[in-house]
Amino acid sequence: MTKYVLVTILLCGLVTWLSRVVPFAVIKNLTVPKWLINFLSFVPVAIMTAIFVESLLTYHAGQWPGFNLENITASIPAILAGVLTKSLLAVVITGVIAMALLRLVGWG
Amino acid sequence: MNAELTFKSGFKDVVPTLFGYIGVGLAMGIVANTSHLSVLAVLLMSLIVYAGSAQFIIISMLLAGSPISAIVLSTFLINSRMILMSMSIAQYFKKDSLLQNIALGSLLTDETFALSMNKINRTDHQLRPRWLHAANILAYLVWAAATVVGCLLGNLIADPNQFGLDFAVVGMFIGLLYLQIITDRSKTLKTQLLVVLFVAIAMFFLMRFFPGNIALLIATLLGCGFGMAVSPHD
Repeated sequence: MTKYVLVTILLCGLVTWLSRVVPFAVIKNLTVPKWLINFLSFVPVAIMTAIFVESLLTYHAGQWPGFNLENITASIPAILAGVLTKSLLAVVITGVIAMALLRLVGWG
Repeated sequence: MNAELTFKSGFKDVVPTLFGYIGVGLAMGIVANTSHLSVLAVLLMSLIVYAGSAQFIIISMLLAGSPISAIVLSTFLINSRMILMSMSIAQYFKKDSLLQNIALGSLLTDETFALSMNKINRTDHQLRPRWLHAANILAYLVWAAATVVGCLLGNLIADPNQFGLDFAVVGMFIGLLYLQIITDRSKTLKTQLLVVLFVAIAMFFLMRFFPGNIALLIATLLGCGFGMAVSPHD
């Protein structure tokens, strides 16, 4: 491992760690105003939606995003599994099997 | 998932998310291997940086010989959503010591954050450090192991994606989002669905101008503001 790789890993680790822990230290020592609690209460649903939708789109610099058709297709049975079972594990396994099948038949 | 907040139940609750770590971790190890990174470098990166999408970017930038400052800035931008998640979850640990808070924050991920937000809907909005530590530590070890195994197997498996494992992460967020919507009783179903719709549309427009990771951060911030605006005031 070269020094270039090692220094990169250490510095990237440091900025990531700070992003993770500084908010904890700040919130611990701060009376959080009510509007901020209200604002932050939407983080879960907003960020999970954003992460999901990001996986359905493909970024092309300077153009409108494209659609990731294989992820969109595999999402349908996964969502159905969620509605039917309300089980996280069932959703994950259904989605993975759906994707494996898609690629097996050559649609992926 | 039940209302228990023991160390053991943390282990149990995190299991469904492990498929995602294994799928992405193997893929990352294989990519690292083909990018001529050593097993030691992969292990150190997984233990020190510990961030899925950022690690892919770091590897590709290292391969391209990018300046360290550019790699660090990219990593910060991709992971800056951690700031929002940490701020959001930290409220549940205000009574715990600073050391506990730092330890919890150090290993927080998208997945264990989302899992915690599902959990509080079943525990009357309580979390305990031991429960999150258990989930965090198991996820951390599985991630490190998966990336190392991926790197070691790099030459044997040409295409790990043929087994569909790369979809495990997407599937997990589908499950977590769905469970979040149906179990979060602090907001009306209508408010939540409006936020989902708003963020989805915002992502499409933002990705015209920004790569996914940046669009994700802006869409989340806009979505939170939108949620505040449309939720019924009391």
